[in-house]
Amino acid sequence: MSVSTLSPSAWWARLGQARRRTFLGYLFLSPWLVGLLAFTLFPILAVFGLGFMEYGIFGRPTWIGLQNYRDILTNDRLFLTTLGNTLYFVALSVPLSTVIGFLLAVALNTRLIGQTLFRTAFYVPSIVPQVAAVLLFVWLFHPQIGLINFALDLLGLDGPNWLGRPQWAKPAIVIMGLWGVGGGMIIYLAGLQSIPQHLYEAAEIDGATEMRRFLMITIPLMTPTLFYNLIIGIIGSFQVFVTAYVATQGGPLNSTLFYVLYLYRYGFEEFRLGYASALAWILFLLVLALTVVVFRSSSSWVYYESGGER
Amino acid sequence: MRVAESVSPLARDGPSWRYRRSTRQVLRMSAVHLALVATGFLFLLPLLWMVSTSLKSLTQQAAWPPEWIPQPFVWRNYPDAAAFLPLARYTLNSLTITVLFVIGTLLSCPLIAYAFARIRFPGRDFLFIVLIATIMLPGVVRLIPTYLMFRQLGFLNTYLPMVLPAFFGSPLFIFLLRQYFRTFPEELADAARMDGASEIGILYRIFMPMSGPALAVITIFAVQSQWNDFVDPLIYLNKERMRTLAVGLYYFRAYQDTTNWGQMMAAATMMTAPILILFALFQRYFIQGVALTGMKG
Repeated sequence: MSVSTLSPSAWWARLGQARRRTFLGYLFLSPWLVGLLAFTLFPILAVFGLGFMEYGIFGRPTWIGLQNYRDILTNDRLFLTTLGNTLYFVALSVPLSTVIGFLLAVALNTRLIGQTLFRTAFYVPSIVPQVAAVLLFVWLFHPQIGLINFALDLLGLDGPNWLGRPQWAKPAIVIMGLWGVGGGMIIYLAGLQSIPQHLYEAAEIDGATEMRRFLMITIPLMTPTLFYNLIIGIIGSFQVFVTAYVATQGGPLNSTLFYVLYLYRYGFEEFRLGYASALAWILFLLVLALTVVVFRSSSSWVYYESGGER
Repeated sequence: MRVAESVSPLARDGPSWRYRRSTRQVLRMSAVHLALVATGFLFLLPLLWMVSTSLKSLTQQAAWPPEWIPQPFVWRNYPDAAAFLPLARYTLNSLTITVLFVIGTLLSCPLIAYAFARIRFPGRDFLFIVLIATIMLPGVVRLIPTYLMFRQLGFLNTYLPMVLPAFFGSPLFIFLLRQYFRTFPEELADAARMDGASEIGILYRIFMPMSGPALAVITIFAVQSQWNDFVDPLIYLNKERMRTLAVGLYYFRAYQDTTNWGQMMAAATMMTAPILILFALFQRYFIQGVALTGMKG
């Protein structure tokens, strides 16, 4: 007797409990599984394939082998510029936002008057819609009548033409990002609050100084959180786009032409989708490699409680 | 490292019998407060400046030194900016996308999260690792193929590219909900099963009603992500009247001949206000949600 001749309820009744569970499990997961195929696995494979093709907006894709990659690596003078810009941004913004976010969290984790008020003050900027925030900072960075240069003026400094000078535009973009460190700060704060108090008490009885307690208890126990934020921060910063797109359009002199902005231009302004796909694949490998390196390094600096769940 | 030293959690309650130390502590805590007030002020200043500028006349915007109090208050910047955008239309567009996205999220994510949390079946743990990996996948990698796919399907200039994926679950939201479901005792589901409840019944009658905070968190995240999203509406919507607020705000800058910062800041304020109001109402969930994302699996 084949299954198909059974009525659904009879078929269901004949299934063992384990099989029923398996069936239901996959049934519940099915939207995600379909999405995984359509919106994640297919695009990753497709972007790899498209990288070997010439594909204009209306034409058919034609296979050109490694030509795109050869062009990117040998003929594309802006590729290195854009890679350099991006690495500059990552190298500056990831450590700065980590340190500032962490220090703010440590400061807020003390017994404070108006702790919630402080927390709100630091957190709120991070929820301002990005385009609004960038426009606001373009205004704040205004070379003649901007508030930032006015503040510098008060300090007796001559404020630069932030977004108009190649050497200042990137730092300006980094500063825009730092305004949003509040999100990371909240994560650190949650981590700090989950450190058991008795550890500090025991250390104090043993006569450990505050500095020592900070270095030997707080820092080690926070490394998993720092690690998580480092990974997310690296992946996010490599994809910096909106700030540069809205504030500078990549200028001046390509100084804020970040990788994704460059890719966007090829893909959606020049409609060279094959070339843009090759660029995307290179970025993917780069970020993946860096993530793996950070993961590998984690065993030497990330502290996991022994016997814990990981 | 002075800051770090001064704020170790044990600084809280020093033994009071050591007089010298407690004076030092008072001084130190005052210093921490002072430093925090200064930095907190620095963080809020841009927002105040945004609102202040939004009420200024063209001439006062250019005043040097800058003036904080608008003189006179140019309320007209708001209706003028709204008319220029057009704000009503763009708000409606952003709202449509946001609401549909939230509906999709709330339909799909609990179901998927429940399977990951409380149904035992072979392959589950492996798929969960896949889920985590997709959270970390750089989104830009899928930009072009996804665009081509939606174009092929005839979805350009519709809201489907933004909305449809929500119905297939968002990895981060699934992860958060799954973590939340896992905090319920195992016996809860088992007992209901003994009583003959179906898995769907357990999810909707027991788990969902108990998950208000977690559902609030993912709803807020979903609203935020769609209200703020820039890249997807930028590439999928070419028709001017279909634009979202975020994209409209960007073009606001690109189209103005003389930059009227007052109007632009008025537009920025109008786009920011709903998120800030949402935050004021549901502050707890914002903070909890962000804190949860930092949790390890």
